[in-house]
Amino acid sequence: MEKHIIDIRNVSKSFGEHKVLKNINLYVKKGEFVTILGPSGCGKSTLLRCIAGFEQATEGDILIDGKDISDVPPHDRPVNTVFQRYALFPHLNVYDNVAFALKIAKVGKDEIRKRVSKVLKIVGMTDYEDRDVLSLSGGQQQRVAIARAIINRPQVLLLDEPLAALDLKMRKDMQMEIKEMHKTLGMTFVYVTHDQEEALTLSDTVVVMNEGEIQQIGTPTDIYNEPANAFVADFIGESNILDGIMLEDKRVHFLGKDFDCVDEGFEKSEKVDVVLRPEDIYILYAPNLAGQFEGTVTSCIFKGVHYEMWIVTDDKCELMIQDYNAFEVGSRVALIIKASDLHVMKKERLTNTFDAVMVDSNHVEFLDTKWECLPQEGISGGEEVKVHIPFDKVDLMDTVEDGAIEGEVRFILFKGDHYHLRVRTTSGNKDSIYADTKYVYDDRDLVGIKILPQDIEIER
Amino acid sequence: MKKFFAQAYLWVVLIVMYAPIIVIAVYSFTEAKVLGNWTGFSFNLYKSLFQGGAGQALTSALINTLIIAVISSTCATFLGTFAAVGIFYTRHKFRKNTMNALNNIPILNPDIITGISLFLLFVALGVNQGYVTICLAHITFCTPYVVLSVMPRLHQMNPNTYEAALDLGATPHQALWKVIIPQVRSGMIAGFILAFTLSIDDFEVSIFNLGNNGLETLSTFIYSDARRGGLSPELRPLSTLVFVVVLLVLFVVNIYNARAARKKQ
Repeated sequence: MEKHIIDIRNVSKSFGEHKVLKNINLYVKKGEFVTILGPSGCGKSTLLRCIAGFEQATEGDILIDGKDISDVPPHDRPVNTVFQRYALFPHLNVYDNVAFALKIAKVGKDEIRKRVSKVLKIVGMTDYEDRDVLSLSGGQQQRVAIARAIINRPQVLLLDEPLAALDLKMRKDMQMEIKEMHKTLGMTFVYVTHDQEEALTLSDTVVVMNEGEIQQIGTPTDIYNEPANAFVADFIGESNILDGIMLEDKRVHFLGKDFDCVDEGFEKSEKVDVVLRPEDIYILYAPNLAGQFEGTVTSCIFKGVHYEMWIVTDDKCELMIQDYNAFEVGSRVALIIKASDLHVMKKERLTNTFDAVMVDSNHVEFLDTKWECLPQEGISGGEEVKVHIPFDKVDLMDTVEDGAIEGEVRFILFKGDHYHLRVRTTSGNKDSIYADTKYVYDDRDLVGIKILPQDIEIER
Repeated sequence: MKKFFAQAYLWVVLIVMYAPIIVIAVYSFTEAKVLGNWTGFSFNLYKSLFQGGAGQALTSALINTLIIAVISSTCATFLGTFAAVGIFYTRHKFRKNTMNALNNIPILNPDIITGISLFLLFVALGVNQGYVTICLAHITFCTPYVVLSVMPRLHQMNPNTYEAALDLGATPHQALWKVIIPQVRSGMIAGFILAFTLSIDDFEVSIFNLGNNGLETLSTFIYSDARRGGLSPELRPLSTLVFVVVLLVLFVVNIYNARAARKKQ
C-alpha cells in the first residue's frame, strides 16, 4: 500500500446555517500532485484552509502523515501555503520574506543565507534579494511566495489559486515551472484552481468539486474521457450533453436514432445523459452514405487550431462540432459518431423529489411554501409525504412576483434542444429545484417558480 | 487678473490665520505687562519664564501637560491599535458594527460630557483625583482616535499576511508583532500624534479631573491665571516657543518624508 500523506475523513464545514463542505473523503499519496477543481464558491478553498488549519472542520478528521491534526494550530502543521494574491509581507524585502520561517525557527544566520539563496535559485529569483517586494511584477511576487513556502521543506505544499492574478502567457509559463518544481522538490502538492485546463495540465489526480461535494476523483484522462456526471462533463472541456435512453448493453437511443456505444451495466430503457466531445464528431458534406444523421451548419468560427461550428439536426437539436475544415454556414452536412467516442452517464436524478407535509386535502407544503395540489383521497392533513415534480413541469417566471417562490439560477446545462437549470430557492433552507426550459437564462438570474396543481405528484 | 485675486485671497487667509501668533511673537520681546505696549526690545520675559516667579508656575504647567500627553498618547496608541486589530478580525458582523459604533460615540460626545461623567465616575469609585485620574481621562478620550487612524491601515493590508505568518511557523503573538504591527505602523504614528495634540489641547476633560491638589496643565493654568487678573506676560514667550517647536517638528517630518519618498523611487 502506498503511503497516504493526507487523509481527509468525513469532513464537513458549516458557516452558520450554510454548509460549505459536505462529507468530504479524500486521500493524497506522498509526492502526488493533486488538484482540487471547481467553480468559485464550491468549497475548494475552504477545504484547503481546513488542511492548512485556518478553518476548523465542523465534523470529521484530517490526518497528515497518519496523525490527526484537527487540534494542531496552523503554525505547528507540517504544511505551507502559497496564497491567492501572494500575501507577501510588504514591509520586508525579498530576502527577509523568504527567510521569515527560518528566523522564526531561530535557524543560524549562515544556514539561513545558504538556504535562502538555494530556494531563490530554484524559483529563479537569485538577483532580487534586496528588492522591495511591492516593486516586483506579479510573476516575480509569485516566485517569491513559492520560495517562502518551500524554504521550510514542508511535507505538503498547498497552493490556493496561485496563478489566478497573472495574465494568460505568464500563467502558461508558470504552470510549466510549477510542474518542474514539483518534480525537483519531490514534495506533495495540493493545488486549488477553477481553471480546468490548468488542472488537466498539472496534476496526477484531479478532484472535481461542486456545491461542497466531491463529484469525481481521477486522473486527468479519466476525468476528461469518462466524466462521472453532467456537471463534470460540462465543467471539464467543451461538450455536448444530450438526453438519451439506454436500449440494452452497448446500444443507446438519442437524437431520434439508435447508436452503438461501449457502455454497459444500465437498466433496460434507463434514462441517461450522453456526452459527445465536439472534436469527436466526424463531419462530412451531405449527402454521404457513411453519415448516421444529417444537419445544417448555423455558424462557423475560426478558433486558431480548429473551426468551431454549431449544427442544427433535423429534429431541432443543436450540436457543437470542432473540425480542422470549415463548412460554410447553411450547408447540409452528414455526421458520424463512433461507438468509442460517445460516453453514457447515469443521470443523477430523474425528477425533483421533496419531503413534504400535507396541509389539508388539496394543499401540500414543501420548499417552505404552501402549494395547491389536486384533492388527495385518504391523506389527512399533517401527514408526511413525498412529492415528485418532473423537470419540465417547473415553470420559471421572468417576473419574480408571478411565481409562488423566488429562486436564483445557479447551474445551466445546455442539452441540445433545451436548458437544464438548477434553481436555488432564496428563502428557508435554500434548497434547489431542477427545471427544464427552452428559454435562455444567465447564471444568478432571479426567477419566480410556479408549479401547477396537476403537476404535483404526491406519494405516501 | 484672475490669478492676482487668487493669490491675494490666499495671502489674506494666511495673514488672518497667522497674525495672532505673529503679534504674540513680536510682543514677547518687550517687557510691557499689557499686550500692545512696546517698551523697547528685551529678553526679560524669556528669562523670567525659566527663572521663577510667575514664569515658574507656567513652566511647571507646561511640563505637566507634556508628561500627561506622553503617557496618555503612548497608552492610547497601544490600546487603540490592539482594539482596532481585534475589531478588524471580528467575524461576527453585528458584533463588529457594534464595536465600531461604540468606538465612535466618545468622539461625537461633547468633551464637557466626557469630562463630567469621568469626574462623577472617579468620585463614585472614591479615587483621589490627580495625575492618575487625568491620565486615565486622557487615555479614554484619545483611544478612539487611534482606533480610527489604525483601522484604514488594516483594511489596506492583505488579510492573508497574518495567516501567511502563522503558516510559516509564527505563533499568533509573533504574527501580530512581526507582521501586523509593522504594516499598521504609519497609522499608529498618526494616531499617536493625534492623541498627543488632543491631550495637550484639552481643557474641558482636564479641568474636571485634575483634582484640587494644585495640579495644573497649561490650559487650566492659563484659564485660572486669566481669571485672577489678566494674562501673565510670560505667556507670550511661552506661546512663541511652543509655536517654534511645532514648526521645527513639522519641518523635520516633511524633510524625512521627502527623503523616504525619494529613496522608494
